[in-house]
Amino acid sequence: MISAQVPILIELLPLLSGLAITVFAQKNKNLAFFLLLLGMTGSFSAACTALFQVLQGNGPIHYRLGDWAPPFGIELVIDHLSAMVLCMVSGASLLTLLYSKRTVEAEIPDRIHHYYTLYALLVSGLLGMVATGDIFNLYVLLEISALASYALLARGRGLAYIATFKYIILGTIGACFYLLGVGYIYIKTGTLNMADLSVMLTTAEMHDSISIKIGFILIILGIWVKMGFFPLHGWLPNAYSCASTTTSCLIAPLMTKVAVYIMIRLMFSVFSADYIFKTLQWQQEVVWMACIAIVVGSLSALAQRDLKRMLCYIVVAEIGYMVGGIWLANSSGFSGAVYHIMSDIMMTLCLFMAVGAVIYKTGDSSLEAMRGVFRKMPVTAAVFLVCGLSIIGIPPTCGFFSKWYLISGAIETGQWHFVAALLFSSLINVILFFRIIEIGYFSKFDEHGHATHQDIVVNEAPASMLAPMIVSAASLILIGLYTDVILRNIIQWTIPAGL
Amino acid sequence: MDNFIHNIISSYNYWAALILIMIGMYGMIAKNNLLKKVIGMSIFQSAIILFYISISYKTNAAIPIIIHGHGATEHVAIDPTLYVNPLPHVLMLTAIVVGVATLGVALAVLQKIHRVHGTIEEDEIMESIKE
Amino acid sequence: MKLLTLLLSLLVGAFLIWSVQDLPDWGDPQSPASTYLSPHYIEKAVEETSVPNIITAVLADYRGFDTMYETVVIFCAGLTVLIILRRTPRKDKKVIKPRPQREGADIILQNTARLLIPPMQIFALYVIAHGHHSPGGGFQGGVILGASFILLALAYDLKSALQRFKEKTMLFYSALGVLIYAGIGVGCLLLGKNFLAYAAWSKLLGITELAAHSHGMLGVEIGVAFTVMAIMFSLYTDLASGGDMDEGL
Repeated sequence: MISAQVPILIELLPLLSGLAITVFAQKNKNLAFFLLLLGMTGSFSAACTALFQVLQGNGPIHYRLGDWAPPFGIELVIDHLSAMVLCMVSGASLLTLLYSKRTVEAEIPDRIHHYYTLYALLVSGLLGMVATGDIFNLYVLLEISALASYALLARGRGLAYIATFKYIILGTIGACFYLLGVGYIYIKTGTLNMADLSVMLTTAEMHDSISIKIGFILIILGIWVKMGFFPLHGWLPNAYSCASTTTSCLIAPLMTKVAVYIMIRLMFSVFSADYIFKTLQWQQEVVWMACIAIVVGSLSALAQRDLKRMLCYIVVAEIGYMVGGIWLANSSGFSGAVYHIMSDIMMTLCLFMAVGAVIYKTGDSSLEAMRGVFRKMPVTAAVFLVCGLSIIGIPPTCGFFSKWYLISGAIETGQWHFVAALLFSSLINVILFFRIIEIGYFSKFDEHGHATHQDIVVNEAPASMLAPMIVSAASLILIGLYTDVILRNIIQWTIPAGL
Repeated sequence: MDNFIHNIISSYNYWAALILIMIGMYGMIAKNNLLKKVIGMSIFQSAIILFYISISYKTNAAIPIIIHGHGATEHVAIDPTLYVNPLPHVLMLTAIVVGVATLGVALAVLQKIHRVHGTIEEDEIMESIKE
Repeated sequence: MKLLTLLLSLLVGAFLIWSVQDLPDWGDPQSPASTYLSPHYIEKAVEETSVPNIITAVLADYRGFDTMYETVVIFCAGLTVLIILRRTPRKDKKVIKPRPQREGADIILQNTARLLIPPMQIFALYVIAHGHHSPGGGFQGGVILGASFILLALAYDLKSALQRFKEKTMLFYSALGVLIYAGIGVGCLLLGKNFLAYAAWSKLLGITELAAHSHGMLGVEIGVAFTVMAIMFSLYTDLASGGDMDEGL
């Protein structure tokens, strides 16, 4: 019986734990942490069960909320793609929670229980976005995660308030565009259910309709703003780099990747590959934009002297990978992009965690903070090294395989500029990470001048931070080693018809 | 020309909402005062609400509350053309709530900005950051 | 820069207006939006949920999941403003310069408020409870309830309003409201139906499934009203006092 209720439990458990924190744990911060841990663990196990069910059964799971039949009520749909993303999102947020015990106490000592409640609401919103099968419900959940992220980002360092304000303005423009686009589609079709829409939008009349076209443009623009795709990425580096450590570990890997997931969902589950690539014909332009995103993101990352800002620009470049891969309009590009969602969640999470640990210990976020890190914090440095190798794309880490598929997709369609952009970005990443490794491993301790091996005390981050870092670094290698299994069992099923 | 005028008259609801959207968007991007940006945001959101509500209207239809609906045990046929479309109203209740929530959060952040920087003019804030 | 933005806005607007020719006329009863889902709601709502106000039926039942997250949005907004603005006064806090206060209390204002607030709150309860049959419901009633407290704070001062409705209570009520909503849904889940399928309650309450829909919606609206009331007042107190909960407007 309970197995039929798994789809709702995934997003309900974090929500309930968040509410329980506000009601029961106003004073006791350990209880708050424990309640949230309970909710997140439950959600993660529910997500894994859902993935298992999808792999076992044939076809997606449909869950009717309130027992109403789909076009009239709201339904949750979990297919291979959403089950995979649900697992990654709930897993990543569980890891971040374990990691956050110390950092939250250090950074937001006064309102820990509120912080954890908002954390729970954010994760619940993200999971709901992935699971829902209704385009208006998607808007509501989008706004929940956006509101919660405004709160978490605003409690940051430095210029966090002004960065958050810009994010609010741009994020609202994005959300309003999305809502307006949904309005256009609703006027023309009269329905909000994704499965229903996908049937209605296949007719020739709908293919020719201007308002459907404009609805699609508005929706896709709205989502691009939310994910920080190249010309619309202005808010992202400031907002994420001013955030506190826990917040950036939670938001940077998840928000953008979930937005990419939504783009895939809307492009192929609401509209169709046929409509987007044959009727609209902007495929070339978007791939070019993705190339520019990759190049600009990588170059800006090179120019930064602040570790977190550098990572934020890497995130901007990685978004270019995924958007480009999807718009290549062939199956290898698509599987590369989907595989990259998975590996990028883990890579970004792991990088931000490692940098967060360095900031936690040194209190400094510039490149100089990495000085001597290999001797002072050997485990953190090793984790950082693994992530770096994965971002660069060195086998057997997962970063290699996603690039492999993206590049082979680009070669198949002859989009050499995308290949060039990917290789260029890998090159820049080599420079970026070896620069840091050089600072961390080889550089002398200027302040002491004569520092020798004996002087250096190992000053590693606490175990509660190290364990999640090690798990995520190990997962980078594991995902890489089991690429074949993942592709055959999950990603192969996600490729939409017509690619 | 007649066609054009007919187009405007038969769909002036969209025109009104879309022009308001333009005004809101201009305010959000162009204004220097951050509070005016927030006002632009509010106009934008309200315009979208207008847009949706106007979809739900049908000529000669009333609000969607069934007359004598309560306690009707025998099955009475209901004529759907007599009531306006309820769905956009429901959706916009949600959008209004979202609008209020975003407005509240934006104002709170604005108060903090004013407390930190002493002004809510964007150029002055940018100058104070550079120094 | 301004000119550029103006051009951009005009461009977007022109683009949008260009599409208007393709949209159905205003008030066209034959438009797809009015002929696809809406007739079903209008014809079947009373039959399936026994609620004559179709908006309430769609809001709290057909699309109840949306509405639950909508309540969460409000809760989230309240918490967000709180976590951004609220400053806990310390023992050794710096003396903040008092803002210019009005001189003395306005007797007319205060007595009008005293007369007005009780009927307002009773009317709010009516709006909540009568949402099944007339315009109204949890959101509307909750806002009126919240407004009554705001009126109190405006006519007297923030402190005396906060004495009646403490900050802790606000937070508790706001979470409680969402918990009532989610709890009704979880109840359905435990009773063997899907989340928010109110019919599941019929066995436990000893009523027909139809009546269970109606009762479930009432319960949900009450939960919504709790959250909206608490958060409206909380937003006011935080924003009006700049997070100090000391002096209001």
